[in-house]
Amino acid sequence: MNNNNISAKFSFRNPNFYFDIELNIPVSGITAVFGQSGAGKTTLLRCIAGLEKIAGGQLKFGEQQWQSADQFLPVHQRPIGYVFQESALFEHLNVLENLNYGRKRAHSGVNQEEFERIVELMGISQLLSNNAALLSGGEKQRVAIARALMMKPEILLMDEPLASLDRKRKQEVMEYLENLHRELSIPILYVSHSVEEVTRLATYIVVLERGKIVKHGDIKRVLSDHILQDMMADEPFTLLFGQVISACNEYCLTEVKIDGHTIYMPRQNVSDEQLIRLHLNARDISITLQKPQQTSVLNVFECQVIEIGDATGNGQCMVRLSLNNTELLAKISDYSRVILNLRPAQKVFAQIKAVSVVQ
Amino acid sequence: MGFTEGDLSAIWLTIKIASVTTALLLILGTPLAWWLARTRSFWKGPIGAIVALPLVLPPTVLGFYLLLAMGPNGPIGKFTTALGIGTLPFTFWGLVIASIFYSLPFVVQPIQNAIEAIGEKPLEAAATLRAGPWDRFFSIVVPLARPGFITATILGFAHTVGEFGVVLMVGGNIPEVTRVISVQIYDHVEAMEYTQAHWLSAGMIIFSFIVLTMVYLFNNKKSTSKIIGV
Repeated sequence: MNNNNISAKFSFRNPNFYFDIELNIPVSGITAVFGQSGAGKTTLLRCIAGLEKIAGGQLKFGEQQWQSADQFLPVHQRPIGYVFQESALFEHLNVLENLNYGRKRAHSGVNQEEFERIVELMGISQLLSNNAALLSGGEKQRVAIARALMMKPEILLMDEPLASLDRKRKQEVMEYLENLHRELSIPILYVSHSVEEVTRLATYIVVLERGKIVKHGDIKRVLSDHILQDMMADEPFTLLFGQVISACNEYCLTEVKIDGHTIYMPRQNVSDEQLIRLHLNARDISITLQKPQQTSVLNVFECQVIEIGDATGNGQCMVRLSLNNTELLAKISDYSRVILNLRPAQKVFAQIKAVSVVQ
Repeated sequence: MGFTEGDLSAIWLTIKIASVTTALLLILGTPLAWWLARTRSFWKGPIGAIVALPLVLPPTVLGFYLLLAMGPNGPIGKFTTALGIGTLPFTFWGLVIASIFYSLPFVVQPIQNAIEAIGEKPLEAAATLRAGPWDRFFSIVVPLARPGFITATILGFAHTVGEFGVVLMVGGNIPEVTRVISVQIYDHVEAMEYTQAHWLSAGMIIFSFIVLTMVYLFNNKKSTSKIIGV
């Protein structure tokens, strides 16, 4: 059940919103449904869960038809798990009873061993006899995630599970989500408007804007699209996917291999061979025509210019560079572009002044 | 001193009518409260108003029309005659039906308020956790709306015990059939039996006081300020 496809077609119109989605995506790993608030992300998720019933909709999950012209599988018969923005725990039940609510009702819930594993994975073993109403926000959300997992759903739908949490709780729950993704092979559809969450967690991304899908695809591919960049973040960036070669080399630097190149960074809290994501702000890359000979910058790569963007109002322009198969986004002043006489296909050197591990 | 045989029979009859009425009201009122709490239909307003009418109408008005409806020429009367039951006015079941209308808002509104307070979210969560509609009702709505159900039961019972005008119109004054406590008190006063009237009247005051104290204590504990939502 690891490589299911979701194929969905939903359309409705009301006075101030036109929702028109046609989607056929593979679901494995974490698929982010990304967009600004009001883009229709939650509506899409609710349609998939069956919480929203849109006449004329079509929905197929793998080989199972969940909705068609003459059929609508009710929510409680769909093999899903759902995590709401606010945890929606049952406050008349304690934590254990909440966990068992879905488990008892599912056709094939978890066995005792799996139950304990999930409890441990979500770090809630100390909370089982607690009153659900008295948990902290982060604890509630972890219990809500565990409660959904207890049914062994074929897909986990999460609607901004971190949005109601403060920054510290967000970090906490995000770590549990990463563990979940590593340990269990359940596909997740994850609604979020946070660039931070998406760049950290997602393997596939569906971008929504005003009720339409703007773009979808593998996160490596989609994130390099600079139109999306504008939409997603104030500061353009590149997301790099690499593997730690050495967490601490002889100079106490962390070495990360990315597409055949090595990036050096101040020592990071990572372990050898760990797969990590690096966040590279466009303004932290500068361009030179000759290889700098004597420089304190650790990371200098020979790249090829792919495309040069138009100057922005504040005298800056974006340059797309290719480093073998990886694309980098650099922001330089328009003045520098003229002085260096940059043109597509030119060989240049990119100096990376700063890079951070996504976490 | 104390209660006469007639008083005791009136008390027993009152308890019987109030119990049967309350039980039937919980069965009939719950789906109605559920519908009122969750519908977005235009009819929510008019139906809600009909449910609340007994709060503002003189009981005699209600009694008058119920009497006509249950009489030989009324729709209910024709129906019951066709069933071979005869007509209902001046019978135990006639009083029960009248009491159901009379006490309807006292049962429907607390349940409706409690269901509205639960909101959509726990029910949606339960649906995603494989609970079907009946399962959701009994595992989520009933426990979460329990204070509302308890308030409804107490108020429905107490209000039925306290009816007078409707009884007089629909039930008359037949010993052991329709002569309830309030009618018995009226009879005592008419006959200048003030001591007897005192026994029953003071009893009613104490009963009502205890019942309302229970309701208020219970609702305070649950920090719900709404008892009936009018």
